[in-house]
Amino acid sequence: MVTWIDALSKTRNKLSGALAKVFRKSDGLDDDTLEELEDTLLGADVSMSLVMEWTEALQKGYRGLQVSHREIVHDLLVGALGEPVAFEWPEEPRPYTVLIVGVNGTGKTTTAAKLAHHARKARLKPLLAATDTFRAAGADQLRVWAERVNCDVVAGQQGADAAAVAYDAVDAAMARNSDAVIIDTAGRMHTKQPLMNELGKVRRAIKSRLEREPDETWIVLDAGMGQNAIIQARQFHEMAPVTGVVVTKLDGSSKAGFVFSVVKELGVPVRFAGLGEGLDDLAVFDPSAFVDALLGSKQEETVQSGKGR
Amino acid sequence: MFDSLTGALQKIFKDLRGYGKLSERNVKDAMREVRLALLEADVHYEVVREFTARVREQCMGDEVLDSVTPGQQVIKRIHDEIVRLLGHERQDFDLSGKPASVMLLGLHGAGKTTTAGKLALRWKGEGKKVVLVACDIRRPAAVEQLQILGKQVGVDVITPEKGESVPALGRRARKRVEAEGADIALYDTGGRFQIDEELVRELKDLKEAVDPKNVALVVDAAIGQESVHVAETFHEAVGLTGLILTKLDGDARGGAALSIQHVTGCPILLVGVGERAEDLEPFYPERMASRILGMGDVVSLVEKAQSVVDQDDMVRMEERLRRNTFNFEDFLGQLKQMEKMGPLENLLDMLPGGMDVPEEARRRMGSDSSKEWGRAKAIIQSMTVTERRNPALIKGRRRERIARGSGTDKRAVNDLLKRFEQMKRMTKQMKKMEKRLRAGRK
Repeated sequence: MVTWIDALSKTRNKLSGALAKVFRKSDGLDDDTLEELEDTLLGADVSMSLVMEWTEALQKGYRGLQVSHREIVHDLLVGALGEPVAFEWPEEPRPYTVLIVGVNGTGKTTTAAKLAHHARKARLKPLLAATDTFRAAGADQLRVWAERVNCDVVAGQQGADAAAVAYDAVDAAMARNSDAVIIDTAGRMHTKQPLMNELGKVRRAIKSRLEREPDETWIVLDAGMGQNAIIQARQFHEMAPVTGVVVTKLDGSSKAGFVFSVVKELGVPVRFAGLGEGLDDLAVFDPSAFVDALLGSKQEETVQSGKGR
Repeated sequence: MFDSLTGALQKIFKDLRGYGKLSERNVKDAMREVRLALLEADVHYEVVREFTARVREQCMGDEVLDSVTPGQQVIKRIHDEIVRLLGHERQDFDLSGKPASVMLLGLHGAGKTTTAGKLALRWKGEGKKVVLVACDIRRPAAVEQLQILGKQVGVDVITPEKGESVPALGRRARKRVEAEGADIALYDTGGRFQIDEELVRELKDLKEAVDPKNVALVVDAAIGQESVHVAETFHEAVGLTGLILTKLDGDARGGAALSIQHVTGCPILLVGVGERAEDLEPFYPERMASRILGMGDVVSLVEKAQSVVDQDDMVRMEERLRRNTFNFEDFLGQLKQMEKMGPLENLLDMLPGGMDVPEEARRRMGSDSSKEWGRAKAIIQSMTVTERRNPALIKGRRRERIARGSGTDKRAVNDLLKRFEQMKRMTKQMKKMEKRLRAGRK
C-alpha cells in the first residue's frame, strides 16, 4: 500500500529545492520569497486569482516580520481546504449510494473499484454498477475489477440505456441487501449538454428506485489537469450536485493545485486521493500532507537546514 | 477571466488615445493581463514568463505605441507569437515505407486507445491497410477495448498472447504485418499514472523491436502545468516525432500545446474533438492561437458547415422549395443536417465573443432548441412515408396516432403541421412576387 509520504515524495523532492531555500531565509517575507512562492503555487496549478489573493494577504499581514514563513503559508493553505472530514461508510441509509461522475479519462472506473474495495475492508457488502454503456469494453473493465474486489456487479450492454442500468443496479442492491452501491458513469465532457442531461436522467432513475437522492455524488478530477478542472467541477455540480471530490493520479508529479478553487467554489470537501494503481491505493484526503507535498515537507526542510548550520 | 483578455487590454489602453504615447506602466499592466490569460489557459509558468518578456519587447516599438488601437495591436503581436511557436506549416505522419509504423504513447486517460481507433479509421479511409497492435497489457480490458474499436472501424487487431512481453509482442506483430503486406502498423502502448522507469524501459524496448518512424505523444488538452514534465520525460526517453492533442471538444484552452511545443519542438499533428471514431481533425496553429486567447474561430465554423452540409442536397432542396413540392421528407433531411453540425452552443464558441454569451442563452440555444428539433424529428418519423409526402392526408385520427407514436401530444403535432403550412405559404408568396417582378421587368 502506498502512503501519502511515499506517493508525494516525487512532488516534494522536485519542489522542496527552491522554496525550501527561500523558507529558510530569516529576513522576513520579502519580494523574492513571495515571488518564489508565487511560482511554486502557479507551477502546482493553483489558480492565478487565489495566488494573488494569498500573496497579497501575506504581504499585508506579515511583510518584514520575523516569523516562521513556512508555518504561516502552510496554515493559510490548509485552511483554504476546509476542515478535514474523514470518510466512513455510515450505518444508514442502506444501500449507501455513491454516484461517480467526471470527464473522460480521469480514472472513474478505477476509483469506483477502489471504493468498493474500501467498503469491503470495512466489512461491508458493496455492489458495483457499470453504467458506461458507450465506451468500448467499459463494462468489461469494471467486471474485471469486481472480480478482483470480489463483489457483486451489475453491468449494462454496450449501447444500453445508462439510466436503466443504474435503476437495475439499485434494484439489485436492494434485493441482495447490499450495504453500498457504487455507480460508475460514463466519462462525459461537461460542455456536451445532451450527455450532461443523460447524467440528470441517471440521477432521476436512481432516485425513483431509491426513493431519495443518491447519498453521495463524487466528482473525479485528474491531478494532472489544469484550470479546466475548476470549470468541470462547476458544470457537473450544476447538473448533479456534488458532495465530494476525489483527486486521482496524485502519485505522479502533478500537484492538483486546482482543488483549492474547487473546494472554495463548491463548498465540498476532498474525500479521497488516488495514490497508485493498486486497489489499496486510495487514501482519505489529508489536507496537511497535501500542502506539505506542495511546499516541500517539513522534516526534509529541518534536516536540510540542520545540515546547513 | 480569460475570455476578457481583449476587453481588459482595451480598457487599459482606452484612455490613452489622447496622449498618443503609452507609459511603461501601461505596458506592464497589459502584460500582467496577458500573463493571467496564458496561465488560465494552462501554459507553463516559465514559458509564460519568457513569452511575455518577448512580447513586451516587441510592444515597446513605435508601431504599437503610436497606434490608435494599441489593444488590438498587442493582441495581434501575441497571436502571431503563439502561431510562430506552434509552428507555421501543417505536418503529418511519415507514412513512407511498407509497413509504415506508428507508436502511440501517453499517460493514463489521455485517450491513446480511442485515438488509435480514430487513426486506423482515417488511414483506412485513405485506402490503406492498417493493423492495430494492442500493447497495453496492464489496464483491465484495454485489449478488449482496442479489439472492439478494431471491429468497429474494420481493421485487424493483433493482441498479446498469454505471458507475452511487450517487446516480444512487438517483434511478432512486426513480422506478421510485414508478411501480410499491410501498409501501416499502429502500436497502442500502455499508459501509467506517472512516468516510471518500468514504463520507460518497456517503451524503449518496444521502440527497438518495431523501429517506428513515428512516435506520437497523446496529450489531454486539459492537462495542467505537468505537461512540460510529461513531454520532457517522454521525449528524453524515446524521442518523440509528433503530438496529438485530445478532448479539444471540451472547453479547455489547451495551453499545454504551447508548453509542449516549447519543450520538445515536435509538431502537433492532429487533434481529437469527440468520442466518435471520425472525431479527429488536422491541427491549425492559427486556430489554436485564437482558442488559447479566447478569440473565436470563424474559419473552423465555415469549414465545418461546408463539410457536413451536402451541397447537392442544398441545391435539390432549394429547387423543391421553389416548385413548392417541399414535403416532410425534405424537412426531415434538413433537420438531420442541422444535427450533424452539432449543438448550436458548440458553434457559438467558434464565433468571436461567443464565449461571452451568458450561460442561460447558451442553454436555450443548445439543449432547448435541440430538444425542439428532436421533437419535430420524432413527430415526422412517426408519420408513414405516404403522409410525409402528402401532408394534406394528416387529419384527426392520423394526428392522434402520430402524437402517440412520437410520445408527444396532439397540440405538438398540430403546431408542427401549422408551421409547415406557413412555410409553404411563404414560399408560394415568394414565388408570386418573383413572377411579378419578372413580369415587371419585361
